[in-house]
Amino acid sequence: MDYIPQFSVVWNNVGLFVQGVFLTLQIVVVAIALGLILGIAGAMARTSGNRLLNWIATAYVEFFRNTPFLIQLFFFFFGLPSIGVRMSPWQAAVLALAINFGAYSTEIIRAGIEGIDKGQIEAGMSLGFKKLQIFRHIILLPALGKIYPALISQIVIAVLFSSVVSQISAEELTFVGNYLQSRTFRSFEVYLAISLIYVALVWAIKGVAYGIQKKFFTFTQYIR
Amino acid sequence: MEDFTLTQILANLLIATKWTIALSAIAFIGGGLVGFLLMLMRISPNPVLKGLSLLYIEFFEATPLIMQLFLMFFGISVVFGLNLSTWTAASIALSTYTSAYLADIWRGSVEAVPNGQWEASRALGLGYFKQLRKVILPQAVRLSIPSTVGFAVQVIKGTSLASVIGFIELTRSASSISNVTFQPFLVYSLAAVIYFCLCFPLSLWSRRLERQFSFGG
Repeated sequence: MDYIPQFSVVWNNVGLFVQGVFLTLQIVVVAIALGLILGIAGAMARTSGNRLLNWIATAYVEFFRNTPFLIQLFFFFFGLPSIGVRMSPWQAAVLALAINFGAYSTEIIRAGIEGIDKGQIEAGMSLGFKKLQIFRHIILLPALGKIYPALISQIVIAVLFSSVVSQISAEELTFVGNYLQSRTFRSFEVYLAISLIYVALVWAIKGVAYGIQKKFFTFTQYIR
Repeated sequence: MEDFTLTQILANLLIATKWTIALSAIAFIGGGLVGFLLMLMRISPNPVLKGLSLLYIEFFEATPLIMQLFLMFFGISVVFGLNLSTWTAASIALSTYTSAYLADIWRGSVEAVPNGQWEASRALGLGYFKQLRKVILPQAVRLSIPSTVGFAVQVIKGTSLASVIGFIELTRSASSISNVTFQPFLVYSLAAVIYFCLCFPLSLWSRRLERQFSFGG
């Protein structure tokens, strides 16, 4: 082992790494916001009772959950322009990530909706709760509490998946890694640093999520 | 370059699919073996073994697979002066990735076996490994089958990322073919359909197993 790792390449480029983290977060936040809208719409379609809507939503979910994200990304960025839909790398990255996240969150939110106990709503009505109160305390909050852990795991996966968008040269943390690697040839140091930043990012998200769960959703442990 | 017919494109993609399946199988078998050891370490009463396994699982679950591939192919090979082939690098990286997730899934199944089973087998005078082999694992395996099959889908999809280090499988081959034919829309659609045909049956199977086992209690 003659190789001497030199981490100066990391210390000298802290600014780039920070920028990469912000670009990654930017892509992920926008994609998750759009993906949640898709997920809510998908879950409503899945539980609507309308057969056509249900079929469309199911096809969407199954197709995007059973194909690799990289292929979806290439399809959006390289495939769609040939039918006239042209996007910047950033737009294609956000769109692909959002549609992918939407497929997974459709199933998560659907499970939350289907988990609502009708008896609880009746109990609320007999206690004299108003409609809005029932929606807030008996439908929305418990359902959110139930799907919360699964949704957080999916958000973590979205952060990890966002690294793939470097392949269509969308700028984010992994892109910064490839850029530095190609200029310094310090591949081990750069990629190790990037990996550890992802670990820190994931832990930070999990930490914040746990704090929110303790503050708002402690009651869910009493729900079956 | 209009020489490529649809049949030729499809035939070439299917040839590459073979390598996707081979890499998935290697990752799943290699990952399964390592994952089993990790799971044993993770549930062992020894804090050092437990900590090491926890660290391993945390690292591989909290870093992107693409980064693990880069680290293996460009990073580790430089440090140790190895000249890893794309085959070796992709096999190792996907196996370690798979092992971390399988260890976590299997740990969950072992912990889902009621505590009374440990106590009862202890009361019958079985040692730790006999307890595991005769009482706990047979029940845990049953519980773990649906999620294990479900994770196979993630492994197959994960192999598409091996294309970024130059491993020629379905995704890599789709990129090459679309570069030659200038028909990215068609080629990536076909590749997606092939992946779907590989993954969807496994997803359905996993869901059916889940339903069967949840009724069995």
